[in-house]
Amino acid sequence: MAECHPVGFQWVMEAKARGAKIVHIDPRFTRTSALADLHVPLRAGTDIAFLGGIVHYVLSQEKYFREYVLNYTNAATILTQDYADTEDLDGVFAGLDTEHRVYDYRAWQYEGMEVQAASGERDLAYDDRPGDAGASVRQAARGEAHGSGGADVGTGTPRRDETLTHPRCVFQVLKHHFARYTPELVEQVCGVPADVFGRVCELLTENSGRDRTSALVYSVGWTQHTVGVQYVRTASILQTLLGNIGRPGGGILALRGHASIQGSTDIPTLFDLLPGYIPMPHAHSSEDLESFVQAESVRSGFWANMRAYTVSLLKAWWGEAATAETDFCFDYLPRLTGSHSTYETVLAQLAGDCKGYFLLGENPAVGSANGRMQRLAMANLDWLVVRDFSLIESATWWLDGPEIESGELRTEDIRTEVFFMPAAAHTEKSGSFTNTQRMLQWHHTAVEPAGDARSELWFTYHLGRKIREKLGRGPGSADEMNRPVLDLTWDYPTSGRTAEPDSEAVLAEINGWDADGKPLSAYTQLAGDGSTACGCWIYCGCYADGVNQAARRKPGREQSWVAPEWGWAWPANRRVLYNRASADPDGKPWSERKALIWWDQDTGSWTGHDIPDFVPDRAPSYRPPDDATGVDAISGIDPFIMQADGKAWLFAPAGLTDGPLPTHYEPQDSPFRNLLYGQQRNPVRQVTVFRNKHNRLQPSGDEPGSDVFPYVTTTYRLTEHHTAGGMSRFLPYLSELQPEFFCEVSPQLAAERGLEHLGWATIVSARAAIEARVLVTERIRPLTVQGRTLHQVGLPYHWGSNGCTTGDSANDLTALSLDPNVHIQEVKAFACDIRPGRRPRGPARLELVRQYQARAGITDQTGMGL
Amino acid sequence: MSDPEATASSGQAEQQPRLGFFTDTSVCIGCKACEVACKEWNHVPEDGLLLTGMSYDNSVGLGADTWRHVAFIEQRRPARTVLAENGPAGTGDGGEFRWLMSSDVCKHCTHAACLDVCPTGALFRTEFGTVVVQEDVCNGCGYCIPACPYGVIDQRKDDGRAWKCTMCYDRLGAGLEPACAKACPTESIQFGPLDELRERAAGRLADLHEAGVSDARLYGADPGDGVGGDGAFFLLLDEPEVYGLPPDPVVTTRDLPSIWRHAAAAAAMLAAGAAAAFAASGRRR
Repeated sequence: MAECHPVGFQWVMEAKARGAKIVHIDPRFTRTSALADLHVPLRAGTDIAFLGGIVHYVLSQEKYFREYVLNYTNAATILTQDYADTEDLDGVFAGLDTEHRVYDYRAWQYEGMEVQAASGERDLAYDDRPGDAGASVRQAARGEAHGSGGADVGTGTPRRDETLTHPRCVFQVLKHHFARYTPELVEQVCGVPADVFGRVCELLTENSGRDRTSALVYSVGWTQHTVGVQYVRTASILQTLLGNIGRPGGGILALRGHASIQGSTDIPTLFDLLPGYIPMPHAHSSEDLESFVQAESVRSGFWANMRAYTVSLLKAWWGEAATAETDFCFDYLPRLTGSHSTYETVLAQLAGDCKGYFLLGENPAVGSANGRMQRLAMANLDWLVVRDFSLIESATWWLDGPEIESGELRTEDIRTEVFFMPAAAHTEKSGSFTNTQRMLQWHHTAVEPAGDARSELWFTYHLGRKIREKLGRGPGSADEMNRPVLDLTWDYPTSGRTAEPDSEAVLAEINGWDADGKPLSAYTQLAGDGSTACGCWIYCGCYADGVNQAARRKPGREQSWVAPEWGWAWPANRRVLYNRASADPDGKPWSERKALIWWDQDTGSWTGHDIPDFVPDRAPSYRPPDDATGVDAISGIDPFIMQADGKAWLFAPAGLTDGPLPTHYEPQDSPFRNLLYGQQRNPVRQVTVFRNKHNRLQPSGDEPGSDVFPYVTTTYRLTEHHTAGGMSRFLPYLSELQPEFFCEVSPQLAAERGLEHLGWATIVSARAAIEARVLVTERIRPLTVQGRTLHQVGLPYHWGSNGCTTGDSANDLTALSLDPNVHIQEVKAFACDIRPGRRPRGPARLELVRQYQARAGITDQTGMGL
Repeated sequence: MSDPEATASSGQAEQQPRLGFFTDTSVCIGCKACEVACKEWNHVPEDGLLLTGMSYDNSVGLGADTWRHVAFIEQRRPARTVLAENGPAGTGDGGEFRWLMSSDVCKHCTHAACLDVCPTGALFRTEFGTVVVQEDVCNGCGYCIPACPYGVIDQRKDDGRAWKCTMCYDRLGAGLEPACAKACPTESIQFGPLDELRERAAGRLADLHEAGVSDARLYGADPGDGVGGDGAFFLLLDEPEVYGLPPDPVVTTRDLPSIWRHAAAAAAMLAAGAAAAFAASGRRR
């Protein structure tokens, strides 16, 4: 955190000054470790085993917060008899279709009930829809068929066992599932000595409970794995057992890679989502708004109002054209035909299906996994638009990229037309950042952008304007195909020399308005009849009263400790989500020290320091009748109001494609076999689609050839640079602080492989060979894993061939093998070899990789197994 | 007013308290924001893209083109000095491993030798008690450079003039804090009236000692030291030498008065001797 979020780390330092203990778990000793009370190095790619070990400790030592767990989680819920655990099936769950590599989640249901997830994979149940072609969805998109489908949750109430002793209740299933995640196992898998692990368990559990809370903080070191979502799930289980969710000082904090990554999922740049986590509709035949809403809504909780959110979004986009008669232009929305993630787009480029590409502030030639594939795919495009501050590698690969040097590509043969559009920096435009706390903070233009540089808003608006002008003229103008674009409300006011659109007008549209054009103040005002428009339902209220709430900057010392008047947090300016959980079932704070909101019997309403995240007048004693639906079905002790059953899910009966519980699997490329199960890797990881000569995978564990790549490596960032370098390697003041690409190795590995401090090393995977200067440092420590010494190699991934400081790209080494839930690449743990000296030049570089592939016996089948 | 001598020459000692830096290295996270903010504000040029291999320190030290410098020290020491409970890194292989970080800067000495030796008056003491080079007055004679007991002030190769931290003199005049202190995310660099900073530093030191960090110490906070105390002082977690700081700096012009006295005495002796010689020779005649 100190490395990549130094500004945010000030709060950790403040907490430390007030007595907080900081534990840092990371393969490397970083700037964060330097300030932590305890640094725990572990093998990259083993965090589920580590966290699962803590879950085991909490359950076996009875350290969980029983009252919280019993009332606010699904611990007592009884599962269907069909459920079978990884403990029973040697590493896979019930419902695995080994042919198609997907799970049928129906084997994970609550007894007598079927539940859809609040967000994520809500149309997993599409197959259940009678008389529809659900199977094709599954084949097209496999485990991640998005957008629609799914029976509504059945009526009735799930069976519960309040004693938590029923063998099929979630609590007992959880105990069984993690029973073998002992300190001894953690030591064997993660390389963390049992006594050190025990200290972590004690620190965390001692600081959790009625009076105290602990927070977990993570970044892409948890997410960029073939089991990335399950890493975070393990943390969720742990924090839920400890009662650290919905309470001040608790939570799981995702540190984002950029200033507004949270914003880019809320109002998404993702292919499978619409604003506010409404799924993108799938290309199911004859689907209309009503069937989409029916399939996506859940019976109880606030997702039951899905229609209001969707119709209001359609009204915001298509305004006058969106009427009940036109089904609110639902047919104008694009449809998914499968997974269209970044990496499938690369395949489509290689196949010649994707012919044009916009890169807005993104440098895939350096920043995306398997950089070679990224560049070779771009070389197959008709046109490419790059908007960035400088001529990044993704704009110049055709002239001076590594494949030009190796002779694989020749500039004169490349037909891709590349357009470079200079971009304005955040100081040169107005807009909002949404941080990890879901808080919008507005920034104002400080200086006008220089030269031809323009904001993204300018680019998108004027591009749309010109396209609409062209479509609206000429012979094809009446074509119905053009209506979705021509009917858009594309009417933002512009001003100044550059005709910059008014970003506050966009914010006002996101916030929404009623039939009279009056700004809305809360998403509960949204209606499904077309009388309200709202660009993103969770952001409704950010422009309440026509005031830019995100621009508020009242200093913390002039307001309460919750600081509600600094910026604006969705939803409804709540600072802690699900904060009903900060009070006990009777509505009283768990302790004075940790009071956040509480039930006021006199006024019959919830009140407190934060804005209650609950039905304002719902008494703790309220229990819904059996036939209640929607918000009415939330009981007085259901803090997790976006969940169909109002409970935190220790066990996820739906919503995940790769299992209801997290399980330790080895990374795609790993020198170790899975000690826990016969199943080596996540069986439903997204990998076979990436079978490609540029994406060869490595043997793992006991497989022959695995020893050719004996070391574990991980990629990361340095404070001095930013992601793929577009914002830092072109600046002298930052480049001089970290002027060359380097690898970090321990003195022991340096001795083993003859690496010299400040000398050169060549690092090789089945994909590529790169070179780096060597930093020999005690900050990287050898670990003892499965009885042998493991060395890890650290690789910052900022470098490429352009800028003030240049070097090979670490991401050229990485492979395409993705998490099946969110299609993220596994670049935080893989295996490599390292050798002294510089890499070969020209075609000899590829030859070296081929030699390694031959030595390891790598074929197109390697690593592709279930 | 704790340092009348440092501000006396400005003639505004009555109105303006002496301002300074307290750099608490125990909370430095090595982000180098101070280095970058300093360069941005003061237009200090980039000075070389050299990978040094000195941990994450690639700017090496203070110089004409580096006015804030963050040192990184990877250190293994006997286990007795374990800071809190620094984990397996701390318990293995013969002692505690730690990574010290410290942002160094011009000390703005109470007795500033650079200022003493400057023949043009380019170096002067400001109304804030800081020591600043006037770039339009400096003639590049370089006398100040060997005079600095810390090796801070330095000649810029391509223009010959002497450069160093001004404590953002232009910002102070506008009521702003220096760029480095403004950019520091963890309040490792604190700026303010020197006597307040000294008080705060004493409190922080006591807290650390109480927490068992027995090696914590202040550096440059003592008005009785060889430079009369620094306008920019530090809290360190080890000996000054570990950070590349002189353990006992002395203002190089400290002995000038006595040198001059000795010189005068010697001259007088010489004159007396000469006179005596003449007198004697006169008598012989």
